[in-house]
Amino acid sequence: MTAAIRRHALTVYAMLAFAYLLLPIAVVIAFSFNDPKGRFNYVWQGFTLDNWRNWNAVPGLSDSIVLSLEVAAISSVVATALGTLIALALVRHRFYGRGTTNFLIFLPMSTPEIVLGASLLALFLNLQFATGFTTILIAHIMFNISYVVVTVKARLVGFDRHLEEAAMDLGANEFTTFRKVTLPLIAPAILAGLFLAFALSVDDFVITYFNAGAETTFPLFVWGAARVGAPPQVNVIGTAIFVLALAAMAANIALQSRRARQAKGLT
Amino acid sequence: MNWLHRHRGLVPYLLLAPGLAWLAVFFLVPLGFLSYQSLQSGTFDFGFVFDWAFYNYWDAITRYEDHLIRSFVYAGLATAIALVVSYPLAYWIAFRGGRWKNLFLLMIIAPFFVTYLIRTLAWQNILADQGMVVGILRDLHILDSDGRLLATSTAVVAGITYNFLPFMALPLYVSLEAIDHRLIEAAQDLYASKAKAFLRVTLPLSLPGIFAGTLLTFIPAAGDFINAQLLGTPKQHMIGNVIQSKFLELIDYPEAAALSLLLMAFILVGVLAYSRALGSERLTG
Repeated sequence: MTAAIRRHALTVYAMLAFAYLLLPIAVVIAFSFNDPKGRFNYVWQGFTLDNWRNWNAVPGLSDSIVLSLEVAAISSVVATALGTLIALALVRHRFYGRGTTNFLIFLPMSTPEIVLGASLLALFLNLQFATGFTTILIAHIMFNISYVVVTVKARLVGFDRHLEEAAMDLGANEFTTFRKVTLPLIAPAILAGLFLAFALSVDDFVITYFNAGAETTFPLFVWGAARVGAPPQVNVIGTAIFVLALAAMAANIALQSRRARQAKGLT
Repeated sequence: MNWLHRHRGLVPYLLLAPGLAWLAVFFLVPLGFLSYQSLQSGTFDFGFVFDWAFYNYWDAITRYEDHLIRSFVYAGLATAIALVVSYPLAYWIAFRGGRWKNLFLLMIIAPFFVTYLIRTLAWQNILADQGMVVGILRDLHILDSDGRLLATSTAVVAGITYNFLPFMALPLYVSLEAIDHRLIEAAQDLYASKAKAFLRVTLPLSLPGIFAGTLLTFIPAAGDFINAQLLGTPKQHMIGNVIQSKFLELIDYPEAAALSLLLMAFILVGVLAYSRALGSERLTG
């Protein structure tokens, strides 16, 4: 009897915790359909589709989204390239300086964002390098490298080197082996790193805020708008990003479970 | 290719070079410049001069003692609450999640899919004076009839807790999921009560998750300024707010730099002490 109560108590607790996690998301989505009377989108006033229809009605909003996407696209590709090379070195080679390398990768992730942003700004100020698009890119690549390394590394462990050896035994040279065997096998790991880097870049506020100069990314736009009362269009974009990210995640999970089923079928 | 063949030992370094160079130039060197900046004196109008101005640190500590303490108290509270909220949740997913585990994990990280600033603004909505939560709490007389949630310490700590909770829940889940259920059964076979089996087997085995989760939550929480800005008032401002305004609004670079490095140093000392206390060499291997 008590065991039954305890069992249900834990389930109820878990459901409450999920409600707490999801409540603000529900609020973001709901208020994208709100029809606020004044400047503040705080109180529910009535349902409307106008915000979705006129998502672009707020000056500066679409520019900030374009800038965020540009920064995310470039920085995630560069960071994924640099990070994947580091991950390959760490997983597949024994070399002097491994510990130091691991530490250097770990350090930016355990430094508060504000210190990362402030120190980069100190660099640019002292070198009298004007902040703007380039400095945002530099910053995003910097903080993304470590996350890519960790993500790709985690997926590379357990990689079957026999497959490469088999290719070499069959007469393929190193380059062909890498292109035809290694790359297809590690592609999901690289893709995972790329997605994560893209997502982190689109979401970053603190480090960008310090190094953006006069440029405005989407999070910076939200910050500026929040000071005078964020328009419901901000919720529209927030909802759209949420739905897109969720779809990408669901597709990834579906792909992986299909691969797992196929792998099971093979053995 | 032949050249690489003859110098195989160089391959890892060639792979590392571009990425580590980026981190060196745009992470390590900037920390050096931050230190350099923190020892300058002067004003924006007359220019800053490097003159080993160590008093910047003393000034920073004495003038912003309250903000520093508040940052660590808020971050500590948020970390503790996140642990209490996520441990049972992670436990439930790991042991009762069944075939829906992936879906439940997706629900844990779902907040991350909403832009950080937007989900914090959603808490502004939820905790607003005209909002539902305040209304219910006033009706239940938990809050006075003119009591508020927004613009209080409670709101700031709640916001920080919410924003970093997935960082706590995920490592907890990973460590709980890895526990061999037979160990718990063995403890129960040997007449340990359920509670005792949990305290002596499950909890110790989940320590690495607790360790990783508390660090991943505490570090960003201590440096945060967004929650204090959006959900609090200047009375709730943390050290991050001071650094931000000194760097970007007041243009007092030396003191802002000193405060940033102090924040980093305090966190580092805290992390080292904490890992000592938990015996992390054993935990992380």
